[in-house]
Amino acid sequence: MTPLLSVQGITKRYGMHFGCADVSFDLYPGEVMGIVGESGSGKSTLLNCMAGHLPPDAGRVVFDTRTDGPRDTITMSEPERRMLGRTDWAFVHQHARDGLRMGVSAGGNVGERLMAVGERHYGNIRDKATDWLGRVEIDASRVDDRPTTFSGGMQQRLQIARNLVTGPRLVFMDEPTGGLDVSVQARLLDLLRGLVRDMGLSAIIVTHDLAVVRLLADRLMVMKSGRVVEAGLTDQVLDDPQHAYSQLLVSSVLQV
Amino acid sequence: MTEYNFAYLDEQTKRMIRRAILKGLAIPGYQVPFASREMPMPYGWGTGGVQVSAAVLTPQDRFKVIDQGADDTTNAVSIRAFFQRTAGVATTTSTGDATVIQTRHRIPEDTLSEGQILVYQVPIPEPLRFLEPRESETRKMHSLQEYGLMHVKLYEDISRHGHIATSYAYPVKVEGRYVMDPSPIPKFDNPKLGDMAAIQLFGAGREQRIYALPPYTQVVSLDFEDHPFEASKADHPCGMCAATDSYLDELIVDDAGGRMFVCSDTDYCEARQAAGHKGKDAA
Amino acid sequence: MYVAVKGGERAIENAHAWLAEERRGDTGIAELSIPQIREQLSLAVNRVMAEGSLYDPDLAALAIKQARGDLIEAIFLIRAYRTTLPRFGASKPVDTGAMACDRRISATFKDLPGGQVLGPTFDYTHRLLDFKLAADGEVPAAPSRDADMGEVPHVTEFLNREGLIEEAPKEDTTPPDLTREPMEMPADRALRLQALTRADEGFTLGLAYSTQRGYGRNHAFVGELRIGTVPVEMDIPELGFAIEIGEVTLTECETVNQFTGSKTKPPQFTRGYGLVFGQTERKAISMALVDRALRWEELGEDNVGAPAQDAEFVLYHADNMQATGFLEHIKLPHYVDFQSELELLRKLRREAGADQLQEAAE
Repeated sequence: MTPLLSVQGITKRYGMHFGCADVSFDLYPGEVMGIVGESGSGKSTLLNCMAGHLPPDAGRVVFDTRTDGPRDTITMSEPERRMLGRTDWAFVHQHARDGLRMGVSAGGNVGERLMAVGERHYGNIRDKATDWLGRVEIDASRVDDRPTTFSGGMQQRLQIARNLVTGPRLVFMDEPTGGLDVSVQARLLDLLRGLVRDMGLSAIIVTHDLAVVRLLADRLMVMKSGRVVEAGLTDQVLDDPQHAYSQLLVSSVLQV
Repeated sequence: MTEYNFAYLDEQTKRMIRRAILKGLAIPGYQVPFASREMPMPYGWGTGGVQVSAAVLTPQDRFKVIDQGADDTTNAVSIRAFFQRTAGVATTTSTGDATVIQTRHRIPEDTLSEGQILVYQVPIPEPLRFLEPRESETRKMHSLQEYGLMHVKLYEDISRHGHIATSYAYPVKVEGRYVMDPSPIPKFDNPKLGDMAAIQLFGAGREQRIYALPPYTQVVSLDFEDHPFEASKADHPCGMCAATDSYLDELIVDDAGGRMFVCSDTDYCEARQAAGHKGKDAA
Repeated sequence: MYVAVKGGERAIENAHAWLAEERRGDTGIAELSIPQIREQLSLAVNRVMAEGSLYDPDLAALAIKQARGDLIEAIFLIRAYRTTLPRFGASKPVDTGAMACDRRISATFKDLPGGQVLGPTFDYTHRLLDFKLAADGEVPAAPSRDADMGEVPHVTEFLNREGLIEEAPKEDTTPPDLTREPMEMPADRALRLQALTRADEGFTLGLAYSTQRGYGRNHAFVGELRIGTVPVEMDIPELGFAIEIGEVTLTECETVNQFTGSKTKPPQFTRGYGLVFGQTERKAISMALVDRALRWEELGEDNVGAPAQDAEFVLYHADNMQATGFLEHIKLPHYVDFQSELELLRKLRREAGADQLQEAAE
């Protein structure tokens, strides 16, 4: 079976220092990969290299495209990459403001990807947007409100709706619960888990929060100083960490 | 002004402008950058249109200039005088007799024919400008056909007002590829853009862009299937010539705020009156 | 009966005739001459040459007279004239190191070869209106002496010798000509400097000031400000060598700015540069500060979002011909578009009003 995404030898240097060094893994359809580590571990650098936001110094990111089969997205032309970003790929930013148009209504935000791929019926667009607002537990009456009037949790849920409305096959998430209250986080994680399952999404989630990966990720990579120190099934790594650093991470989490 | 070249611009400059025009005609709706020259009238007052006209005029042409549809508005008078002095071309107020027509903010009511050239004065050529201020970004959006933002704007209008809230400079899609700003013509004029027999050239001097529509080009005003484009129409006939199908100016005629509606296209109105049509406000 | 508005042509003729009268003013008072403007309002002449991008003091003086003292209107006249002039070629780059300096100061060193020469500056005057000037009087001759400045090397050369300031490597490529090619982003430094030297002085001043107040601060020191004449040389193909075709007065300002460095490169001061026709100090210094602010990217600095760092914002709004043209064009008739807006607004209000009546009824 062809991997949906095959990451091969991604390396990014900042002067003498490695952002990330020689990272490789394969991701299959329907799988969720978690990447954990503390700040400075290189996980965000890795995510941005994979998602095409940062050019790596070495390596390939091969995506199984619908029409052309496996293609290295690093060497793709910018138009092709941007097209991918609007259709098969999605990126959920840590700060919802970075992933939303704050001056556009909630309905407009969700509808934009639909309009970008050719939807031309206002009523249908509005209905789909409203439907998606419901799926992320935002009240339909807020469809014409701007995200500036939403709480942090609502903004994040709106960002998720905006990203998922065109049914992407791969979602990148950068600390999706970062900065949110604990109870809000829990709700968001439940929502994400349901959506990922229902839509059969593949996802790569970067986080420092082990609870997020426990709940959402099938597989896990632990990063430290730009390198992957341990990888495996989530439950195995969390319940029986082998590497000293993984052990430190797991044991540092307060058990309440 | 015998020391200036025909139509003021030197031949090298005209050649440069014509090359830009040809590129524009080859790629309908695409904004071609060109090195706009400093002209004797200010940027923003029609230098783009003047440079395009100067590049296409020949001594045999008959030149008409209108502003707001009228031959006699001050800026139209000024531009016509400029070409009379620098090119010595024959000028006319009759749409049918003109070979080159330079216009600001209107398309003439009379149907234009093959062999005529319509030159539009354009203030802001970029239809996405007020959604995305950066030129570097809008150029990318055009080349990648990323027009989602344009439709988001229309969506927002409908959600807020129940209608698309653009009444002039209404954006259009050309030959299914480029989104174009037709210059600040009222949306009433949009239907005339498509399938026109004449050549249409658009000049933006200050912003340094030229674009074009060759004859019989497909031009579609942006809309939604369930909110289709409507070329709005005033519900009065012209007070002078009784026309029911032309764009009307609204005039305030007395202190009590009394109103009168008259054709914006002065040539069209005068011709109708000469042919015997009389509106309720005519003598 | 309604009579259509006509007579635009007559109106324009009459307006121009009145304008000419106003320009002349009270005929009982002596008329200004071009030499008077050139000699006694030379700083205005300088600005018009600089922003008109044409070095000709007599033409600039004429433009100022024709424009009734409105310098932007005068710049317009010069620019329009410039468009029509044929080009014979390009001169060699001028050597400001060989400038015959009337004025030369440095804020970075107390003394230096060539010395600190104040020149004819307003700097230390007391800004007290001098009513003696209202009554034309004789001006006493200023004390003079033979010039003995000797060599006047650039301050930055000394810093450069010690490696303290970034290199300014010689570049032999022909810079683009923004009066002949459309401006396209991203603009390299040569194009930016070209745009800045002819940019509106007020706009440039405001932006420079903003950097000093923290909107993209770059700690500028005036390393050197020099004003004087330089010869202009041009290669003549028929002769096979270069000849001097004239000389121009230039103001050159080199700033020494915030040092940068990294783990791999030891820190050095950075540069800002301003060069303007005539004695035009305020503009030259402003230009140097804005030039430096726009160099943030190539120097590896952060974009702090300051207006002076935004190349597109600065370059697209710096030209006062474009600015005033577009600003003033809103005086032109816009009633056709206004009519469309009126119709739309009336329609929307009717529908909103209808809804309200409906609600009241329910």
